[in-house]
Amino acid sequence: MTKATRALLGATFLTAMALPAVAQETTLTIATVNNGDMIRMQGLTEDFKEQHPDIALEWVTLEENVLRQRVTQDIATQGGQFDVMTIGNYEVPIWAKQEWLLPLEGMPEGYNTDDILPAIAEALTVDGTLYAAPFYGESAMVMYRTDLAEEAGVEIPDQPTWTDIRNAAEAMTDKENEVYGICLRGKAGWGENMAFLTAMANSYGARWFDMDWAPQFDSEEWNATLTDYLDMMNNYGPPGASSNGFNENLALFQQGKCGIWIDATVAASFVTDEDESTVADSVGFAQFPNKEGVDNRGNWLWSWNLAIPSSTDAPEAAKQFVAWATSQGYTELVAEDEGWAAAPPGTRTSLYENEQYQEAAPFAEMTLNSINAVDTNAPSVQETPYTGAQFVAIPEFQGIGTAVGQQFSAALAGQMDAAQALSGAQTSTQRTMDRAGYGSE
Amino acid sequence: MARAVSTRRKAAVTALAWTIGILIFFPIFWTILTSFKTEAEAVATPPSLFNFNWTLENYTTVQDRSNYGRHFLNSVVISLGSTFLGLVIAVPAAWAMAFVPGKQTKNVLMWMLSTKMLPPVGVLIPIYLIFRNTGLLDTRVALIIVLTLINLPIIVWMLYTYFREIPGEILEAARMDGATLRYEILYVLTPMALPGIASTFLLNVILAWNEAFWTLNLTAANAAPLTAFIASYSSPEGLFYAKLSAASTMAIAPILILGWFSQKQLVRGLTFGAVK
Repeated sequence: MTKATRALLGATFLTAMALPAVAQETTLTIATVNNGDMIRMQGLTEDFKEQHPDIALEWVTLEENVLRQRVTQDIATQGGQFDVMTIGNYEVPIWAKQEWLLPLEGMPEGYNTDDILPAIAEALTVDGTLYAAPFYGESAMVMYRTDLAEEAGVEIPDQPTWTDIRNAAEAMTDKENEVYGICLRGKAGWGENMAFLTAMANSYGARWFDMDWAPQFDSEEWNATLTDYLDMMNNYGPPGASSNGFNENLALFQQGKCGIWIDATVAASFVTDEDESTVADSVGFAQFPNKEGVDNRGNWLWSWNLAIPSSTDAPEAAKQFVAWATSQGYTELVAEDEGWAAAPPGTRTSLYENEQYQEAAPFAEMTLNSINAVDTNAPSVQETPYTGAQFVAIPEFQGIGTAVGQQFSAALAGQMDAAQALSGAQTSTQRTMDRAGYGSE
Repeated sequence: MARAVSTRRKAAVTALAWTIGILIFFPIFWTILTSFKTEAEAVATPPSLFNFNWTLENYTTVQDRSNYGRHFLNSVVISLGSTFLGLVIAVPAAWAMAFVPGKQTKNVLMWMLSTKMLPPVGVLIPIYLIFRNTGLLDTRVALIIVLTLINLPIIVWMLYTYFREIPGEILEAARMDGATLRYEILYVLTPMALPGIASTFLLNVILAWNEAFWTLNLTAANAAPLTAFIASYSSPEGLFYAKLSAASTMAIAPILILGWFSQKQLVRGLTFGAVK
């Protein structure tokens, strides 16, 4: 036997010995969204690996809309590309009913499910079973410049009405100095302007559909919503607002060009960040406004959640990871590493009871109040055949929401008036619902 | 007088060409510039051109967060693999159409081109299911196959155009000298069409490198190329423009460098036969 042959045999033997050890390692592929909290989690996974040396993690991080398309395609075809998916509370009930998600039963010991904020838990539960674990949650609230409000001699109460907001926006507007009283979303899309306008419509007492699934854009409530929105934005909003989404308004607010900005509560941590925001020390917070006499503060609720697709071949390992990433222990790990202000917000009651967190995050109380005010089972004060929040929890909503958003964005750009936009919205929504067979049973 | 007019016209055309060139390059230039700014400076209005605190922090962050090397390698393998495979199929096909045309050749060429008019999303689900069933999802092989197929009409068309410029008599002479088909294509046709083949090769590498629909939809963790790397830095909720710009610069840098060094070849090939 030559040296080369012996070496070859030796190498083969060693490889064969090593194979069982390699084979025992489970690799989880996790699809996630690109936001600060998720990226932070990727940086902290050493802790998980120490606890679970037999589980390796592979990350697929994508932009929100790309991620949604990618995971929907994979789960609908049972492609099995992902073991853990980051999905919104819009998808959870729809996918759970399709049996595309595994129920999160039998979570590891110490995982305190009762600690999850009730509004969030409700949104992720179908027929009494939790189908996704919240990683981070948000509602919407008013963020405003306390210095400008003081200069203008206006006060925004903790629970403002739309009249309060309009008056304050009017008083704060100083277009010559590029200060605009109010900044709101105008960019078309179901998760863009329609997230805001659906919440605003909820707070005006409007609803998307009546109990027979007939669209309601011809109602007085929707007319008042859109008319007031256009009026405020045209008089006190920034130029080119029909192209503005969350990021554009965030940039405007951080540069001191907005008096009031009403948007997702997660924005509070950005506008109070002294490294990024020029107005960090003069930001006040209030709950989402309502129309006088309407007991509804928009019902905006969004959470990014970790769910396990039924197509995974490693359900137990996936459950271990989901439990780790959404546990109280993880929140403490973040606090230890980067401070309490960096803890993922909006999911656990214990976080809001923590004095250190309250001290580090001045917006904590308002965020909690905003989330607690949400009832996803009753999005509007009127009776609805759907559940939801700043969206309608039906599969068709992505399509109809975007189509309606295009009409309303065009109205904001001055291409049509409110009546024409509402009429267009009514027609396109009716057509889609008829085709989908709603109300025909 | 005539010379003066000609000089003025030349100057005007040169100025116009520079203006168009600068306009086309400006977004790339702005992306590169933004990648050296902080996130706050990236969204500041009015934006500053050069007067800001230059930083490499975005590149460090991107490097720490992502496995650039793996994405880069996937991009190289997929774009080169699909281009080579495409050429292997397209050279004989274009030869047949250029030198042995049949009654249906033009129709076949038009039909091939018409497949480019189909929106890719129309065949996404069938292709996804085929790759799922064959276990090819999230593999480089799947992307090489798909990118070869979607770019094949362009390769065949380009090669066909170049081959048509080559006198058929030369090939006939080779045949009379006893050249086999293989010999004719490899040793007579290919050397003469080399500029055309080279520019087709380069253009196809660029097309495959930049392809984002299929590369995003058919990959997850293993075969994701640089397009997925860029997509991981875009966010509708949070200002990450500087990091996104750094990721984009890192993704386009290799292809920009390739384009810079091969521009003569590329222009020569693309204008081959355009002026007689």
